[in-house]
Amino acid sequence: MGLSTALFDWHKQAGARIVDFGGWDMPVLYSSIVDEHNATRQGAGLFDVSHMGRLWFEGPQATALLDHLLTNHVETLDEGQVRYSLVLNHDAGIKDDVLVYRIEDKHLLVVNASNRMKLLAWFDSLRAGFDATIRDDTPLTSMIAVQGPKAISLVQNELTGSVDALGYYRAVWMALASEPATRLLVSRTGYTGEDGVELIGPHQAITQLWGRLLDAGRQDGVKPAGLGARDTLRLEAGMPLYGHELTEEIDPLRAGLSWAVASKDKDFVGKPALIGLPADRPVRVGLTLEGKRIAREGFAVWPAGSRADANEENIPIGNITSGTYSPTLEQAIAMAYVDPSCKSVGTRLAVDVRGSAVSATVVKLPFYKRSRAGGSS
Amino acid sequence: MNLDSLKYAATHEWIDAQGDAGTVGITRFAVDQLTDLVFVELPAVGKKLSAGAPFGVVESVKAVSDIYAPVAGEVIAINDAVVREPALLSEDPYEKGWLIKLRLDNASDVGRLMSKGDYEASCHSH
Repeated sequence: MGLSTALFDWHKQAGARIVDFGGWDMPVLYSSIVDEHNATRQGAGLFDVSHMGRLWFEGPQATALLDHLLTNHVETLDEGQVRYSLVLNHDAGIKDDVLVYRIEDKHLLVVNASNRMKLLAWFDSLRAGFDATIRDDTPLTSMIAVQGPKAISLVQNELTGSVDALGYYRAVWMALASEPATRLLVSRTGYTGEDGVELIGPHQAITQLWGRLLDAGRQDGVKPAGLGARDTLRLEAGMPLYGHELTEEIDPLRAGLSWAVASKDKDFVGKPALIGLPADRPVRVGLTLEGKRIAREGFAVWPAGSRADANEENIPIGNITSGTYSPTLEQAIAMAYVDPSCKSVGTRLAVDVRGSAVSATVVKLPFYKRSRAGGSS
Repeated sequence: MNLDSLKYAATHEWIDAQGDAGTVGITRFAVDQLTDLVFVELPAVGKKLSAGAPFGVVESVKAVSDIYAPVAGEVIAINDAVVREPALLSEDPYEKGWLIKLRLDNASDVGRLMSKGDYEASCHSH
């Protein structure tokens, strides 16, 4: 048995299939990944993301400490602003990808579940000389994501503040309409490529909100969605997943995440190594595949027309890091690291799918982009 | 389909043997474990299969699985409909979702497979 979230009993009663994810017992699906995926694209999906780490930084030099630890700017965050950033090791390998929130005089770092303990130890080793405290709030609160075109109107009915007025990558404290004393941190963020919010609050309030949102949305096709749909949704949205596209052996430039690295303007852990890296290294690309077969993690990628079976003269030019069937595009999609000579959009490649060469084409990421009508970003 | 009259392999295939021929598919348990099927690959008619040999592939959004011959035989028919529309397998694994028909090398081989009760017990033991 691993760690479990406050919604674990709810998931079990709903018939969810439970898997270990980063040490947590989490729902991978309730009925069907494709149904939960489509519900999120067409209506709204509810995701229990309480396994994500929630670390609060406080103190006079907390901002300076975070600017030392993170690749992106922290000091320039406005009140209530949220920013994507990376944590690097001294070799510029990615230790995690995180969201940093500025909330009043504090900062919240939302980190991947599987990296939480590693990061706490890493931050501890680097905090000497900074007057700052780090508090791990993960077990004390719950966190859910409500994602999809109907997400904003759905949560609006349950909260006191204006959710629609909340800008993209902005966060604010709100209260449950039914319990005005309960404070929830609501942010216009997510990991699905849809509009939506993530909410952090006391276990009891989040559990109650989860039930109310599902009751209110059931007739509109709102569904609970598991980690399976979360994975297919983020993949369509071209977002990397730690442990797959991002590891300690991969740096931000290869991952295509230089936009989250403020190396011109500030110093941070890993910057000296990052600046010294050579340019021509395998980079992250998106692939679409012909047919219905799925390119799974670890499958080799070859130039088009070459033999798919390994031999000494024929060396793969890359490998798959994530692959799935895209319910929205109704075709197989994947992310891969490929030799820079093969990275251009339109390049024809072949993926070794268990001994069969399946044709693939490099495409622009993301695979899916929502129409922004009605969004406020 | 009377599921009690079928015989079952531990790798989740069923066979409906009639004399020296048999229809093969995969069980509801297997289909439910896979969920979200997107691809089915079946062998060519005429292919000779030994018992336990992989003869096809089922891919779901989550995972890929081989399908194994429960007994030795020659493929005499395949279900093209399920190749075109893998959802048939999820909807109806015992009728519309059958996979192949075999001419059995030895009709008596079927007797070595599991009964429905034994198969169901094996599914719940892990």
